[in-house]
Amino acid sequence: MFDPTWKLALGLVTGLVFGVLLQKGGVAKFRIIVGQFILKDWTVVKIMGSAVVVGAIGIYGLLALDLVSLHIKPLAWAGIVAGGILFGIGMAVFGYCPGTSVAACGEGRRDAMVGVLGMIFGAGAYVGFYPTIHRFTESLGNGGKVTLPEVTGTSPWLWIVALATVAVVAYLLTRSGIRSPRETSPASSGLGDGKMPRHPANV
Amino acid sequence: MGNPFLKKQWSPYLVGLGIGVLSWFAFATADHPLGITTAFEHGAAMIGQAIAPTLAENNEYFSEETPKISWETMLVVGVFFGALMSSAWSGDREKTVVPAIWEQRFGPSVAGRLTAAFFGAGLMMFGARLAQGCTSGHGISGTLQLAASSWVFSILFFGTGIITALLMYGRKGVTHV
Repeated sequence: MFDPTWKLALGLVTGLVFGVLLQKGGVAKFRIIVGQFILKDWTVVKIMGSAVVVGAIGIYGLLALDLVSLHIKPLAWAGIVAGGILFGIGMAVFGYCPGTSVAACGEGRRDAMVGVLGMIFGAGAYVGFYPTIHRFTESLGNGGKVTLPEVTGTSPWLWIVALATVAVVAYLLTRSGIRSPRETSPASSGLGDGKMPRHPANV
Repeated sequence: MGNPFLKKQWSPYLVGLGIGVLSWFAFATADHPLGITTAFEHGAAMIGQAIAPTLAENNEYFSEETPKISWETMLVVGVFFGALMSSAWSGDREKTVVPAIWEQRFGPSVAGRLTAAFFGAGLMMFGARLAQGCTSGHGISGTLQLAASSWVFSILFFGTGIITALLMYGRKGVTHV
């Protein structure tokens, strides 16, 4: 029924830090999430991209020292594909993702609070129809708990170096790309506008 | 140098760095990736057990999973209070019901926005459970472990999110974003 108390406390502390980071990142805001999906505001990609690169370096480093173990979700094709499609549609309509909607509730947003009720409803539908759903998610085969390095027979560090390179190049390109469109017309925000999230808080 | 917690927004790169380091901490201390939706699944399952125990007995979910109040439940609680404190410190409280971009496109109807939020969020959570992860569990924790499932999921949800949002708002009606 309950995890041990120390583990609950650890979860709470981790969550508090996560909540502060999500709120300070601006991703608890509808306009930032929807702004990303209409390709006008790149805050979400910047946060996720840097989190993934930093996270991957640390987790694979700690793995080499035998201090952590990996937790890979299985590649159940039907579940991953249908889930990814429904998740994207739902997130675009809602304007928050599961974690950021909880943070948005903390920020006071009423529509996110109603959305959290909707999420409990959606989770309940999954549990209620689990036997049928489980048959569906496994219906197109299951590739197991595999990583990209395992699938391709390559070193994880090759992937991490490649990801880090892409991230650094994207950062440098957007930095140098800011100037010209901005100075000519401040209203037209280019795709890689690195300063977009810094607009006045007019909701 | 002001107190950083009084600022409304931090650099996205700094926030990303923080989440990356937080994921090391979560793996190393609790042996858990950062993830949100398992807690919702377990919460809904426990509600189901409480209100319809006989239905739950016949559902094989409960023989395969043991829903509980866990590290992940407290992570969700922590996210709420962390964001509450952060927004209170910086005066960034926004009691929005109908966001401005939504209102420009779909009008000021409160009922309309709340209905869309409820069902959009429900669909999103249902999709997350089909795939066993969300923006945190797959999008960050899974991709940083280079999980094949997480990369497939993340590319698909970002793609369909972009298509859906462009169909809803177009590229024109959003000049004030």
